[in-house]
Amino acid sequence: MPNFRRSLLSALALSTSLLATTLPAQTLDIGVMGELASFDASQVSGGVWESQVLMDVYEGLVKKAPDGGILPGMATSWDASEDGKTYTFQMREGAKWSDGEPVTAEDFVFGWRNMLDPENASKYAYMLYPVVNAKAVNVGDKPLDALGVKSLDDGKTFQVTLNSPTPYFIQLLTHYTAYPAPKHTAEKYGKQWVKLGNIATNGAFKPTEWVSQSRITAVKNPQYYEADQVALDQVNYHTTEDRNAGISRFRAGEFDILRDYPSSRYQWLRDNLPDATHMAPYLGSYYYVLNHREGRPTADKRVREALNLAARRDVISKQIMAGTFLPSRSFVPKGTDNYDVQTMELGEDMDARMAKAKKLLEEAGYGPSNPLHLRLRYNTSDEHKKIAIAMAAMWRPLGINVEMVNSEATVHYQTIQEGDFDVARAGWIADYNDAENFLTLLRSGVGNNYGAYSNPDFDALLDKAATTLDAEEREKILEQAEQVAMDDYALVPLLYYVSRNLVNPKMSGWENNVSDDHPSRWISIAE
Amino acid sequence: MLSYILKRLLMAIPTLLIVITLSFFLMRIAPGGPFDGERQLPPEIEANLMAAYHLDEPLPMQYLRYMGNLLQGDFGPSFKNKDFSVTDLIAQGFPVSLELGFWAILLALVIGLPLGIIAALKRNTALDYAVMGTALAGIAVPNFVIAPVLALVFGVTLAWLPVGGWNGGAWQNMVLPVIALSIQQIAYIARMMRASMIEVLGSHFIRTARAKGLSESKVILRHALQPALLPVLSYLGPAIAGIITGSVVIEQIFGIPGIGRYFVQAALNRDYTLVMGTVVFYGALIVLLNLIVDLLYSVLDPQIRYDD
Repeated sequence: MPNFRRSLLSALALSTSLLATTLPAQTLDIGVMGELASFDASQVSGGVWESQVLMDVYEGLVKKAPDGGILPGMATSWDASEDGKTYTFQMREGAKWSDGEPVTAEDFVFGWRNMLDPENASKYAYMLYPVVNAKAVNVGDKPLDALGVKSLDDGKTFQVTLNSPTPYFIQLLTHYTAYPAPKHTAEKYGKQWVKLGNIATNGAFKPTEWVSQSRITAVKNPQYYEADQVALDQVNYHTTEDRNAGISRFRAGEFDILRDYPSSRYQWLRDNLPDATHMAPYLGSYYYVLNHREGRPTADKRVREALNLAARRDVISKQIMAGTFLPSRSFVPKGTDNYDVQTMELGEDMDARMAKAKKLLEEAGYGPSNPLHLRLRYNTSDEHKKIAIAMAAMWRPLGINVEMVNSEATVHYQTIQEGDFDVARAGWIADYNDAENFLTLLRSGVGNNYGAYSNPDFDALLDKAATTLDAEEREKILEQAEQVAMDDYALVPLLYYVSRNLVNPKMSGWENNVSDDHPSRWISIAE
Repeated sequence: MLSYILKRLLMAIPTLLIVITLSFFLMRIAPGGPFDGERQLPPEIEANLMAAYHLDEPLPMQYLRYMGNLLQGDFGPSFKNKDFSVTDLIAQGFPVSLELGFWAILLALVIGLPLGIIAALKRNTALDYAVMGTALAGIAVPNFVIAPVLALVFGVTLAWLPVGGWNGGAWQNMVLPVIALSIQQIAYIARMMRASMIEVLGSHFIRTARAKGLSESKVILRHALQPALLPVLSYLGPAIAGIITGSVVIEQIFGIPGIGRYFVQAALNRDYTLVMGTVVFYGALIVLLNLIVDLLYSVLDPQIRYDD
């Protein structure tokens, strides 16, 4: 009986596969915000739209599940040494590049060296700095082969040695900086390996066409080890900078997915396309940097507390941003794996908060005769402008004069790095799902620590966490560190980002998740 | 004639040199660099980047290096589109912009010129007011309003035409952007044609032609049309250069892979090489089109000759 059933099933499978050949090919059209910089991961500029394309055509040691969780990828299993400094990965047998060549540990050694080669000047090379000698290689002090990665057993095993135990190391492997690169084609074509005519990829899809500023087309890679489970035959990534136009294209059926629709359209979309409109928590923090440099009014903790007390996050979230951001009182966003966010103690009663804020400012020496004057900088955008105006209005009852200065992003970040501001808009989207990725921005002397916040206790806790192997203990230490920063009112946490996507309701395999990663490999479209 | 053309082309060289030099240094004076962004890069990474693009060299050295490459026809690599050189990007985008611009200009002339002539002939009648009123509206309503409305009506609601994409230049994909691109031009050309036609119709030689007893159609076509076209022609030189180099608004709304967006994006990204590439290209195009316009002048106006 079971045998009969099995043959019936296989007959059914056969008939559906025969049917499938007569059906039109399944094509997914995605509207993405910008254009990929390169198919060489070392040349990518860091846009979230770039990782969408790269994760479809390449696969690292691990890959992402539809819910954002981690699954084995090019490595089927791995072990960490007891000191947490050496990781050994067993490579997947039978994994192939799209040209049929096997994927081996050699390709990872090559890919990681390619990332760190100073000649390639990779922007994101520092993501691999936890690896032994990575930094020395990247600055040109040591040769490429000094990097702490090895291919063993004829490329069946990949071994990485780290400077110190790095508890988020496996998370780090989901980032495109940890992808392999095809060594055999690089040897054949040199730098031209990345051209579409020469390229070999090891992901579920393989790029075939690129019309700059318009569209990248990738087709199913028949060599992919799970190719039989990939439903889509083709994926088109359409560069869609004008996202209102993207909505029109989605409504006309030209797109199946529109990434990151404008927040101002959320209510209209929710009312008119309720089945297609997705909004979900996202690992991103929208905050105001406070300048801790000497001589700035915000160097005074009382001023920083007052600014935080008067900020009404719920009003900004609901009234100003129409619900497309969530109110936040912590720096690390909610939803971060293995972490409970630590919030600022501000109280709920707005009158009491304002009274306290006023008192704090008086204590700090500000009042009607000596009003506090703040320079608020933001990068030009409608959203940032609306929020800045609202914040200025919330601080005004405290007698604070806010001078608003906006500039295009390039100038904005350069200016605030130089310290010419009191309050400045900033945002951070997680590179990998770990609290450390956010907290490290508040370390003394770190480049992205725009406000120059510095607290030795905070730094010591982060140092301790970096060498703590036990996950629970490490979580506690990181939480303590965030609490230290929140107690210092180191910044003004305002909002958590949300992901905003329009998704064809006929599509399956899409799950909202905090990293907003949606590999096309899982997606299928019902006829 | 030939020596005149050669002279003009030679004169273009110093003009372009000045344009290139000014843009090169203006670009560097602008605050922020190609690698400044939301994320501050670690100093060692920034040093690698600066070295890879020779930005760590003194500015005059960079200038000489750029000019040297330019003489060999090398615009350099784009800072942001790493898999393409600036030459690739322009070579891929310009034919698209050119095709779109060609149809837009053609449409603008085919509709704009007759409208202007009719309005001039029926001066101060209801027809004139209707044409000129519509033209005024065409000038007043900006591209970024017309384009989404067209897309919404013909693409989403009626679903007659694709909302966006280029699709290798299929005519369906071209209709809406061509219309959106030409509306303002139709309006400009109609108004300009009307004004110059009215002026010409009031001149002595037209009175003479009429006194000779020529039919009205002969007066218009034989005597008035040619001189009336001159102002439109001089407008067309720079207008064509502007249109065939693409429009950032139209390209972004309809998702068209032209070169218009590079003018804006490259500047915002501080993509130095791409900015320079587009400037050189646009500058050369304007010089060339102005020359063509001047040559056409001599065809239309017998008083202008370039023989000596």
